[in-house]
Amino acid sequence: MVEMTGAKALITALEKEGVDVVFGLPGGANLPIYDALVDASFRHILVRHEQSASHMADGYARIKRKAGVCFATSGPGATNLITGIATASADSSPMIAVTGQVQLSMIGKDAFQETDIIGVANPCTKYAFQPVTASEIPESVKKAFYIAESGRPGPVLIDIPKDVQQATADMKFPDLIKVRGYNPILDADLSELGHAAEILVKAERPIIMGGGGVILSGAFSELQALAELLMAPVVTTFKGKGSFPENHPLALGPIGMHGHAEANKIIQEADCIVAVGARFSDRSVGRFDEFGKGMNIIHMDVDPAEIGKNKSVDVAVVGDVKSSLRTLVKMLSKKIIKKSGDNPWLKRKKELIDHYTESIRDYPRDLTAKKALKKLRELLPANAIATTEVGQCQMWASLHFDVISPGTFFSSTGLGTMGFGFPASIGAKAARPGVPVVDIAGDGSFNMTENSLAVSVLDNLPVIVFLMNNYMLGMVAQWQRTFYKRRYMGVHQHNCPDYAKLAEAYGAQGVKAQSINELDKAIRSALKSEVATVIDIPIDPEEDVYPFVAPGTGLKDMITGA
Amino acid sequence: MYIVSALVENKPGVLFRVTNLFRARNFNIESITVGPTEHSDLSRMTITIKSDDRTLEQLAKQLRKLIDVVDVKVLDRDNTVYRELALIKMKAVDPTTRMEITNFASIFRANILDIGKETIIVELIGTPDKIDAFKNLVNHFGIIQLARTGVSALPRGVEFN
Repeated sequence: MVEMTGAKALITALEKEGVDVVFGLPGGANLPIYDALVDASFRHILVRHEQSASHMADGYARIKRKAGVCFATSGPGATNLITGIATASADSSPMIAVTGQVQLSMIGKDAFQETDIIGVANPCTKYAFQPVTASEIPESVKKAFYIAESGRPGPVLIDIPKDVQQATADMKFPDLIKVRGYNPILDADLSELGHAAEILVKAERPIIMGGGGVILSGAFSELQALAELLMAPVVTTFKGKGSFPENHPLALGPIGMHGHAEANKIIQEADCIVAVGARFSDRSVGRFDEFGKGMNIIHMDVDPAEIGKNKSVDVAVVGDVKSSLRTLVKMLSKKIIKKSGDNPWLKRKKELIDHYTESIRDYPRDLTAKKALKKLRELLPANAIATTEVGQCQMWASLHFDVISPGTFFSSTGLGTMGFGFPASIGAKAARPGVPVVDIAGDGSFNMTENSLAVSVLDNLPVIVFLMNNYMLGMVAQWQRTFYKRRYMGVHQHNCPDYAKLAEAYGAQGVKAQSINELDKAIRSALKSEVATVIDIPIDPEEDVYPFVAPGTGLKDMITGA
Repeated sequence: MYIVSALVENKPGVLFRVTNLFRARNFNIESITVGPTEHSDLSRMTITIKSDDRTLEQLAKQLRKLIDVVDVKVLDRDNTVYRELALIKMKAVDPTTRMEITNFASIFRANILDIGKETIIVELIGTPDKIDAFKNLVNHFGIIQLARTGVSALPRGVEFN
């Protein structure tokens, strides 16, 4: 037992969890926490808007595969975190958000900067709670980390009233915690795995669909082992992009609304789908009723509530996918001899790739999103981390930027949060400072959190903003072009601002790249730069993203070009 | 109608989390009751819902995901005792009406809790169907106010949760 304030106990508990950085912004209701932070052993990164703090914590978490931490004051500080918290929730990213709250006696009195943040956060957190005495804080932090990081990860919010931060108590820091209503299932049922193995032995046209769960669980080598044993083509969801090396001969890339054409096509021809850590989202599978019709579907996931939520399946394997895959591979290797690469199913795969490589025409410009991204991939080392903004840039990244080293790519795939990529890339850089980090960006999305340039420069977290700039809310414009007869509304950015100058105003490097040659130089210079670099790449506003599976239609209705 | 019985932490905000989940996932419930249990730190919520099996399964799974929900059981109606309490205030001015209501009440094993100059309050305990039946029977007298508790339920025999 040690006597200390609630605020000091919070910082000590975070230190005990091994936290090395928090992202935040102080205010009236978390001043005691900031006072205790002066003596903390970890780093504090001051953001310019709390939304960026939660995105940075999220980006950090996705690379570190442990919870990222963000701080905000009560009221507007706390509500500003919410977009980032909802983003983390939609993508199952572990996060601890610590908000200040008005003092206990003022709660419910509509005090200055008072918000019922527990009420606001409840639907977009895994758990949100408020310790009401200082002595609860050590256990609260332990509980928050345990819940955020275990099972299907997610954000947890701890709301601490100011007087609870200030109060002194004898603190006991627990090493372990049990939460009786929370028991994540980690080891899958062996009989279900056996059932899955039986189906796979008989399957003639098996396909593996890697989801975000593979990345969260770090089940990369296990997934690859299964694919190579079955000689099964591997598609991914967009969240699962990079769960499998995209330069692997069995890789076909993401399926979905803007999936790779061959991936969308081949999954319709399979006789068995193994969905690993995937949730059959509408963006990935199109119509729930059409997807996987007549096929055997094996669904492996850590969250039992995902089984049967969007899609009824034949076999459900509930548990951590890394251990499930390992057991499945062991079971299968006793039953089947490694299949040869020379079989009709893989021939069909090659046929489809050849067909679409030939038939999909590139947009007729010297500098296109596709060419720019291919150039970026060519110059980046395999271990570089890439994230994206949201919109066309994101879908172009999905289509044209191959992830080679598993787990080096992430994006706001579930919530689709514009403004996510740039602060998230800064968080990723804080998690892994030794490798280049790129935000594959569009101008509309970058606009939303571009003031994080100050953080990148001042906190020495140099990232590359690969800005594919059409001065448009391009994806909205594409939909207005496609579905609303080109009646454009609210999509033009009118050449404002000058992004190179904007970068320079913050002390970052700004470069305009008007051709592939200039882009080549710009990327090389950015990789050497000690400050963030914004590479402004002009993209024709009429360049659309194809293939396209229109909303409400099935994968079979995919359009491959205008 | 399905009956779902959930043991939850007995602390502030838990009912909010549960009802918030129903709203967020578009589960349309019929009734929910909450009260203390044999353990001082646990409450029991009994939820009734009219839905298909798939929705029911999702509701139970989503409920289990809530940190403050300790256990969830979908009760088998054939092996469950379940009751609801209703208080029904009716207009009853003339003696014939009063007699008739009293007769119906005794047939339904309901109790008369209050008789005023112009009104009668009847207390009825039973399954929701029985309460509906009584309500339909006395509707024409003019129901002034009606309060129902929602269903409470326990499985028969040696089943614990």
